[in-house]
Amino acid sequence: MTLTSLRRRVFSTDHHVIGVEYLLLALTAVVIGTTLSLLMRIHLVWPDWQLPLHGPILPEDYLAMVTIHGTVMLFFVLTTAPQAGFGNLILPAQIGSRRMAFPVLNAMSFWLTAVALVVLLSSTFVPGGSPISGWTAYPPLSAVASAGPGQAMGMDLWLASIALFGIAATISSINTLVTIIKLRCDGMTWERMPLTVWGWFTAALLSVIAFSVLLAAILLLFCDRHAGTSFFLPAGDLVNGTLHVAHKGANGSPLLWLHLFWFFGHPEVYIAILPGFGVTSMLLANFSFRRVFGYRIMIATTLLIGLLGILLWGHHMFVAGLNPFAASAFSVTTMAIAVPASAKVLSWIATTWRSRPSYKTAMLFSLGFVSLFIAGGLTGPILAQPILDEYLHNTFFVVAHFHLIMAMAAVFGLYAATYYWFPLMTGRMMSERLGRWHFWLTLVGAYATFLPMHLTGLAGEPRHYAQLAGIPNAAGVMLARLVPLNRFITYSALFLATAQLVFLWNVVRSLRRGAVATENPWMATTLEWHPALHPRHSAAMGEPIAVHRQPCQYAATPSGETFLPQWVPDTLADTTTEAAFDTKPE
Amino acid sequence: MSIVSALHAARLPVDASAHGPALDRQLLLSLWIVLALFTLAHVILLGGLAARRHHPQKSVWQIEYLPLVALAALFAVLTIRAERLWAATRYTGASLTALQVEVTGVQFAWYFRYPGVDGTFGRVRPELVAPGEGNPLGLDPADSHSADDVVSSQLMLPVGREVDLAIRSQDVIHGFSVPEMRLKQNAVPGETIHIHFTPTKTGTYAILCTQVCGLGHYRMNANLRVVTPEEFDSWLAAREKAVQR
Repeated sequence: MTLTSLRRRVFSTDHHVIGVEYLLLALTAVVIGTTLSLLMRIHLVWPDWQLPLHGPILPEDYLAMVTIHGTVMLFFVLTTAPQAGFGNLILPAQIGSRRMAFPVLNAMSFWLTAVALVVLLSSTFVPGGSPISGWTAYPPLSAVASAGPGQAMGMDLWLASIALFGIAATISSINTLVTIIKLRCDGMTWERMPLTVWGWFTAALLSVIAFSVLLAAILLLFCDRHAGTSFFLPAGDLVNGTLHVAHKGANGSPLLWLHLFWFFGHPEVYIAILPGFGVTSMLLANFSFRRVFGYRIMIATTLLIGLLGILLWGHHMFVAGLNPFAASAFSVTTMAIAVPASAKVLSWIATTWRSRPSYKTAMLFSLGFVSLFIAGGLTGPILAQPILDEYLHNTFFVVAHFHLIMAMAAVFGLYAATYYWFPLMTGRMMSERLGRWHFWLTLVGAYATFLPMHLTGLAGEPRHYAQLAGIPNAAGVMLARLVPLNRFITYSALFLATAQLVFLWNVVRSLRRGAVATENPWMATTLEWHPALHPRHSAAMGEPIAVHRQPCQYAATPSGETFLPQWVPDTLADTTTEAAFDTKPE
Repeated sequence: MSIVSALHAARLPVDASAHGPALDRQLLLSLWIVLALFTLAHVILLGGLAARRHHPQKSVWQIEYLPLVALAALFAVLTIRAERLWAATRYTGASLTALQVEVTGVQFAWYFRYPGVDGTFGRVRPELVAPGEGNPLGLDPADSHSADDVVSSQLMLPVGREVDLAIRSQDVIHGFSVPEMRLKQNAVPGETIHIHFTPTKTGTYAILCTQVCGLGHYRMNANLRVVTPEEFDSWLAAREKAVQR
């Protein structure tokens, strides 16, 4: 590879290349994160098992795995793949643009993200290893180097990594926002924007707000660690036999970190799921051959979920030591978000209702998204009640709740997107037969893994426990009872992870031997399938792009089903109004 | 068979506190509602996918707003019920006659302090903390109130009497949790947080740490022993006598 081609291919400012690079980064990260989760599951039920080339898994190893698993999955998979990955690949074309607003910044934010991942993983190799305070990094555990192994240089590397990631995500989100606001083609009004674009737009808004607060928090924590400040350390804090003299006199509070962190941390989960909402809405309509039910409501609920998403961080802090009246207030805002979320589910159900959809793999994963989002989302109103959180907080019930949404629904959104846009990116179709196997195995594995966690949580199993067996006192009796069900969960997790090999095989196989795709294989109506915007056809580059209607306009004509893409001027004389395309007549 | 017994083992622990039954009722009500909604949503989703006959599209009101109003009302009812329970246990402090116990979390142990015969907790100073010398909390000998304080590694409580716990931490954030008492509260360094409850059944219960606090987090636990008032009085009297020796 010559220097020029290296620069063109690797350090490209082309948004397609950057999008693929983000997806490859996320793929690397998800393999790491999944491997760690399997090691954790195995250790939990067979604590004596020795990790090859490592030996026994010590409690600090377990907590380091928890920390890196959470950090890698949240940041480098769930923030990166849907937002930066598919956002770069698809977003410009969906609004009729051939580029992102700031191509050089775009490349820079990718490389900063890549460096952030390397910095994070390098913490494994420093004295003490990776930090053990979980992805939430609550001080004083995270503020004092002597608080545990990994809390010295490992913690500094964690902070550096997240700071770099935050800068990259902010740059990338500004790029997304400017692209959407400034580069829409003729006729692409806000109401005609595909719901995917609305998802990316809202997630980018949240990113800009949330990551800036996280960056400030990280800076403060770094000062507490190295500059003798005490934003998060109370006077007289005695860790591991050492009074923190440098912080003497000043009286900070760890609760400040909790506020700052969760002001970021809760919007973060919406950043991860909002693009999935968009993809699901559009794909359900596409494969049902229908308009999205209540298009304006869907736009409004997307924005409303974003807005409420930054007003309810305190529900992570019901038992953290807040004033109980604050818990009541955060409980109400948390319950409120169930309403727009329910509206989305109702719209998805109404869109597919009696539509006789085409069950392509991308459609199956979209339906799976709906199912898993319902399953994971419905436990939200339970956890939103402070009195129930008093029992359920930090148990596996919470783990089940957010893994069904974050780990499964969000990933189903990513799979739907991959199966759907694969022909656009590669010119080949993915195998439908392998895709169906992948979907059903994954769906069964997902429910078998995460549903029983509700039960172990209700029985009182706490998170972050390196071991359930061999613990003294009454706690040992209580936890030992839960080992059999945990063994079942571990088997299911191994099954779920193994099923993903079908997907990897499908990608590799389809890249080489997949059926050649037609120009618009799904009869999609959104602009990324416009011949002149096609990523692999640069021939028609000069052609002007204009939009004439909302996406998802379909009809049945005597000659069969017809779809009316956004870019086609009204050629079907008898069906000029959008209303005529409302539903598929019998 | 093994799956059945595994499921059988995974159930709510015994409820042994006065406020617990109401919490359990709200929890079970919420779980049943959620299970019903989950089933209903899937029946409608799959039913709609399976149905063939075309049906004229209903209005947005019928499909979207009415179910939404119903759901919002349902969530509102759950919220109000939950807030009433939360307010009952947390909006006000313990009664003046409640038994005073201080709980301190330390990597990786729980310590429980009773104020002794003078009824007042003595001063503690972090620089005096010396677990090896039998003073894990740093009781200040210069303070006369400290001399009779009883420090225990298990939480001993009399059944049927309200207890006012003052929860604190010496080093990092810990999570004070007693599943059988339906109780959880983080112990935050720099703060003293009060919670109160009344145990209703004698027995030995698990006290866990539920906030990741370092490598010994998973084995940071203690026993809560709820005993008859007579047993409690003689236990406390013996301990008080021991410290005044």
